[in-house]
Amino acid sequence: MSDPRVVIVGAGPAGVRAAEAFVAAGLRPVVIDEADAAGGQIYRRPPAGFARPPSALYGLEAGKARRLHAAFAALRDRIDHRPGTLAWNVWDRVLHTVRDGVLAQVPYDALVLCTGAMDRVIPLPGWTLPGVFTLGGAQVALKAQGCAVGRRVAFLGTGPLLYLVAHQYRKAGAGVAAVLDTSPYGLRVRSLPGLLALPALVAKGLWYEARLRAAGVPIRTGVTPLAAAGEGAVAALEYADGAGARRRVSCDAVALGYGLKPETQLAELAGCRLAYDEPQDLWLPECDALGRAGNGLYLAGDGARIGGADAAEAAGRLAALACLGDLGLAADGAEVLRLRRRLRRQARFRLALEAAFPFPASHAAGLPDDVVLCRCEGVTAGQVRAAGLEKEAAEVNRAKALVRLGMGRCQGRVCGTAGRHVLAAALGRPVAAVGQLRAQAPVKPLNLAAAAAAAPDTPL
Amino acid sequence: MGGGLAGCSAALHLAGRGIPTVLLEKGQVGAQASGVNFGGVRQQGRHLAEVPLALRSRALWARMAELVGEDLEFRVTGHLRLARHAEDMALLERYAADVAALGLPLQLLGGNALRERFPWLSPAIPGASFCASDGQANPRLAGPAFGRAARRAGADVREGEEAVAVERDGRGFRTVTAAGLELRSRVLLNTAGAWGNRIAERFGEKAAMRTIAPQMVVTEPAPHVVQPVLGIVGGAIYLRQIERGNVIFGTGDGIADIATTRHHVLPANTLAGAAIACHLVPHLAPLQIIRVWTGIEGETEDFIPVIGPSGTTPGLFHAYGFSGHGFQLGPVVGLILSELVAEGRTESPIAPFAIGRFGSPGSR
Repeated sequence: MSDPRVVIVGAGPAGVRAAEAFVAAGLRPVVIDEADAAGGQIYRRPPAGFARPPSALYGLEAGKARRLHAAFAALRDRIDHRPGTLAWNVWDRVLHTVRDGVLAQVPYDALVLCTGAMDRVIPLPGWTLPGVFTLGGAQVALKAQGCAVGRRVAFLGTGPLLYLVAHQYRKAGAGVAAVLDTSPYGLRVRSLPGLLALPALVAKGLWYEARLRAAGVPIRTGVTPLAAAGEGAVAALEYADGAGARRRVSCDAVALGYGLKPETQLAELAGCRLAYDEPQDLWLPECDALGRAGNGLYLAGDGARIGGADAAEAAGRLAALACLGDLGLAADGAEVLRLRRRLRRQARFRLALEAAFPFPASHAAGLPDDVVLCRCEGVTAGQVRAAGLEKEAAEVNRAKALVRLGMGRCQGRVCGTAGRHVLAAALGRPVAAVGQLRAQAPVKPLNLAAAAAAAPDTPL
Repeated sequence: MGGGLAGCSAALHLAGRGIPTVLLEKGQVGAQASGVNFGGVRQQGRHLAEVPLALRSRALWARMAELVGEDLEFRVTGHLRLARHAEDMALLERYAADVAALGLPLQLLGGNALRERFPWLSPAIPGASFCASDGQANPRLAGPAFGRAARRAGADVREGEEAVAVERDGRGFRTVTAAGLELRSRVLLNTAGAWGNRIAERFGEKAAMRTIAPQMVVTEPAPHVVQPVLGIVGGAIYLRQIERGNVIFGTGDGIADIATTRHHVLPANTLAGAAIACHLVPHLAPLQIIRVWTGIEGETEDFIPVIGPSGTTPGLFHAYGFSGHGFQLGPVVGLILSELVAEGRTESPIAPFAIGRFGSPGSR
């Protein structure tokens, strides 16, 4: 009887620790990763030949990054590692992948999805001007390419990532024009008891902020973004400060993000249902506390629950242990309990973090009619409202069918969040009621010729 | 019963005649086959029995803005039906002669003419038949637009209402919905698409139907080069490019479960479709596929719909089983149903679509 076939998608903190657990149990999992080198987003590695040392790349996380990369290096010969590979579909216990234009099918007995997360975006007038990026994009440019997205970058949004990326930019020597946080400072103070579930993370956040202030970077909280302004490219970011006064900061780039949302498309295609979580304003894939989603599917890391890198490492290992137990292979019950306790503490911290840096839904809901909401298809907020009010679209998939929201290359990743809020507010319904854009294959765009090459003898 | 394109069109036409009409749709209007089909608006290539209906429907498509208040993005791009080999050319010639007699002019093109007029087409294609009056539209807009127009005309269009029981007694039809709504009517129209045969069977009619799930693929936008809608003898693929630039093509049959309404695309069909698309229109090769989808459709044994009065029950009329090619016919089917209800007859020749052709009720 051959070994059960385990396939892991994602080689970030969750995927690496899951792979580690399977290897320790004597299995040889397939590890599929879009990136060329393991590490995920947070521990993303620069291309070969880049000279920045880990301490410069990862700052306070350098130790964790090194340990994670070392853990993966130790696994390399004992896993079937497939880097530069996109998992574009899953059906009938087979994962469909593509690498360098060559398609492959990977059958599995157990599938562990560690697909990570992406920024939540709220458009603002002028956001389609050249020079406006997401926080994640700004971070990738820095880590993976050693460039900044601008000479003088304004950071806008909320959440810990806002301060982290601004800090990383300043530390790397890029110009940081300002850090503009939509969350009022008082919320952070009120959330402190909950945040102290993980005091080290609180300390880190304070450290990033302190370093930015020491460098003279203006930090404003409780702001309301007004517009990205410029002729042909971003030249300034206009906002109202906490007291309501109009302000303007000159910049040549904006990096924006309002927390993270999980990449759930593969889980959805694999049959997982999504449930709306109100405190986080996220549609989360349904799974149990160990990451079991049924039918041989396991979920871990930010792709299941936004929790950050440390939580992802624990969740990856936990999901693997749950899977091993389900496969009838030995699992350490005490360790499972320990990991679950860790994750519960992480979850408490996460709740407090949401309360400290809430998603400013009113900024999304209140977008002026003429602001482009769906960049790919050029659909304005007004058109989405009209889909609801005049064309009877009661939920986002219907709105998509009628006005093309989410029909572009980003497949709803950039516009989906704001789209939900604009539609719900226009209809006067709760956000949960308008649903979320349904996932469809391919999970990311797939080249037609590559697909064609996989079916060479198709008769006419 | 059933708010697809045929049902919504019937509601619109009936309301226009002042006949009180309730449309029950268990989900959202136009969301099933009517909304997820390929979007071809064609007369060419149809079973000969359908051609007179398609010609009449084409006249409605020309007046769509007047009929429902918007044009449904209908564009008269022509339909090019490709031959795979010489035998197919003979078939196309015979078909062109047959439909010319019915009033549909087609233009046959040999290899050279094809290459000159459509240089993007693979040189491996020996010839084709071109129908200049055919085109394409946006299926997602159609059902909802007809539904809204029907409401404006006075029809009571109810979404989220699933009929769970329907029967006929001395006083007419009694329909009960899952929410407990009870309706009495003199006439019942079965426009329930893939679910149509279930309603027919309740009234003792023989009408087996297979559930199919035609699959579609759409690419990112690209410069608009492919003008006509493409079809091919044998039906291996259908392909069109919209003004926005996206290329849509369909091939193969996915998985559909009529009981749960869940449907799923089979990856193998997506790949097969991509192979044929690249073979026929080589310059599409660099494009990215950004989405696939399918839906639930009903296919009859002889691949043409059931249209007409019930064989068992007075006041009951059927219009379902469009077997994957009902989009162009939807508007006229609604008109025909309104004629049958109001006048007891229709000018369109619907005898070939009679439900009785599958055997009389009770026979095996």
